[in-house]
Amino acid sequence: MFNSVLLAFIPTIPLAEWTASFTAWLTSTFSFLFNPIKEHFGNFMSFTADTLGVIPPIVIMIAVAVAAFFITGRRFGLAAFAFVGLWLIQNQGLWDHLMYTFTLVLLSSILSVIIGVPFGILMSKSKTAEAIIAPILDFMQTMPAFVYLIPAVAFFGIGMVPGVFASLIFATPPTVRLTNLGIRQVPKELVEAAEAFGSTGAQKLFKVELPMAKSTIMAGINQTVMLALSMVVIASMIGAPGLGREVLSALQRAQVGPGFVAGVGIVILAIIIDRFTQSANAQRGKA
Amino acid sequence: MAKIKVEKLTKVFGKRPKQAMKMLDGNMTKKEILAETGMTVGVNQASFEVEDGEIFVIMGLSGSGKSTLVRLLNRLIDPTAGNVWVDNEDLAQMDAKQLRDVRRKKMSMVFQKFGLFPFRTILDNVEYGLEVQNIEKEQRRKKAMESLELVGLKGYEDQYPDQLSGGMQQRVGLARALANDPEVLLMDEAFSALDPLIRKDMQDELLDLQTTMKKTIIFITHDLDEALRIGDRIALMKDGSIVQIGTPEEILMNPANDYVEKFVEDVDRSKVLTAQHIMKRPETVNIDKHGPRVALERMREEGISSIFAVDSSRNLKGYITADDASEARKNQVSDLKEILRNEVPTVDRETPMNDIFNIIHDTPVPVAVTENGKLVGIIVRGAVIAALANDSEVNLNV
Repeated sequence: MFNSVLLAFIPTIPLAEWTASFTAWLTSTFSFLFNPIKEHFGNFMSFTADTLGVIPPIVIMIAVAVAAFFITGRRFGLAAFAFVGLWLIQNQGLWDHLMYTFTLVLLSSILSVIIGVPFGILMSKSKTAEAIIAPILDFMQTMPAFVYLIPAVAFFGIGMVPGVFASLIFATPPTVRLTNLGIRQVPKELVEAAEAFGSTGAQKLFKVELPMAKSTIMAGINQTVMLALSMVVIASMIGAPGLGREVLSALQRAQVGPGFVAGVGIVILAIIIDRFTQSANAQRGKA
Repeated sequence: MAKIKVEKLTKVFGKRPKQAMKMLDGNMTKKEILAETGMTVGVNQASFEVEDGEIFVIMGLSGSGKSTLVRLLNRLIDPTAGNVWVDNEDLAQMDAKQLRDVRRKKMSMVFQKFGLFPFRTILDNVEYGLEVQNIEKEQRRKKAMESLELVGLKGYEDQYPDQLSGGMQQRVGLARALANDPEVLLMDEAFSALDPLIRKDMQDELLDLQTTMKKTIIFITHDLDEALRIGDRIALMKDGSIVQIGTPEEILMNPANDYVEKFVEDVDRSKVLTAQHIMKRPETVNIDKHGPRVALERMREEGISSIFAVDSSRNLKGYITADDASEARKNQVSDLKEILRNEVPTVDRETPMNDIFNIIHDTPVPVAVTENGKLVGIIVRGAVIAALANDSEVNLNV
């Protein structure tokens, strides 16, 4: 009753239609941009994953274990875990899927950082930029991740590229936020010292602010990588290959076993990546 | 010509500084403006000049605007009104590049909490000011090493700031400021974070360095003892305004108003006052002209039991006691040199009262104040005690 009265005065705003036509307009207008990205970036990603796939698994296992040994300060814990974990994945016949997932996470994280750090810097330098960017970041993080899949498919078709696109939107905010926070938290006296000795804006940023903010920024990057990884399963819904696709197909067929195994594979990858990024951060902090 | 000239320098923090400026012109106080508009007057129409090679101390309690004032001098904070001239160049008129040049070559700053970059080695910290000028690595390394050597930190160049004690860290801060070979040093509470003993060492060291460097130093502090120790002149600040500028003695002896007076009340005068402030004009006999009779007569007139003896050019020779003089008169001895005692305690004009205590404690005669061997004054026990008692009735010779 009340509803119909209200609707009589103000008819339903066609928000959904507007969004749809806007997306359609974007797709057709920028197809000259989207299509080459889809093609070249898609090829590049497959190439990367395939190249990784060509390397014998045992080589990668040993390389990762050795790197883990040194990056954690010559301790065996992570190295042993990485070796056994990777071996388990290979043993379960998920190695190729792992390579795809890793490629997806790696490339979307790198892109997130490349995009996120400059925006974080911009935010820290300008109150206006912060006022504009902060709510956008909130929007990006709270909107259910599935929603991004729809325009992603419209722009880039199906496969790895729209997966990267969706995970970019979902995973970039922590890097932006923590870069901003890190720079704003640089002690005022150090900023003043940089200025008092006649630094230019760029000198102040690169010689003082970014080095001081490094560990905070690294924490943001670590978060970004973890979020990118969590997008792997969701991205598989639009055809991104990898461990996520195994989870998804197990879900669709109600197969507990294979679903669990693929899930464990993702967890192992997550732990290895997490410890790697954290150790890299801790080591730099010490120096 | 003054090295730095500051005229009616004002800083208002807030949204409508012009309105606050008008209110200041209307003689409203900082408190009233804050209550009415919510704006804070950081510095209120400060004017002063700093001479080349001078240590100019700006002192005040926290919130008095002294840290804001020093930041206005190198435009880390932009002034609301007023001017700063450095070597007759108006800082306010400078564009970003000129300002950078001044900061790189002319003025350096030392910070309260040292402001060292924790991720850089000591040497890299000291090099910072040269590095931003894109000076060749080899040359800046050389200059930085010289600077480190100057502050006595050679051998620490590869350590990181957190491996050093507070005093050493501030030496690094000083070395960094000196590496540019600036003409002006701005020191913002540079020694306030150090414990008292180290602070005193650093003050001495700064004074030592200053005798050879002859920089123009603007030193901010909240510690009056420190201000009096190192300042050639002191500006006292309250609520953003400068309430008095003068030499340490002027401020101590003639406080401009109640505020200053209250401030100096707590000062440990024994550290500040020196022999010249408490000495009296001496009664003397001339050893070349006078005999025991004159000496006795003078002592009787003054009511004293001993008298200093000088020669015709007022060189201090010793002293004569009343007992010796009357004995000599009885024995018909006319030459004072025969009864002269010469173990006289002497100090010079600059000897602090602290040191005079110990001397005056052990001696039966007054302490002689000499300058190049000439007697310029004497100090009696009563004057020392009176000066310490800070009794305004006591007439101090300033």
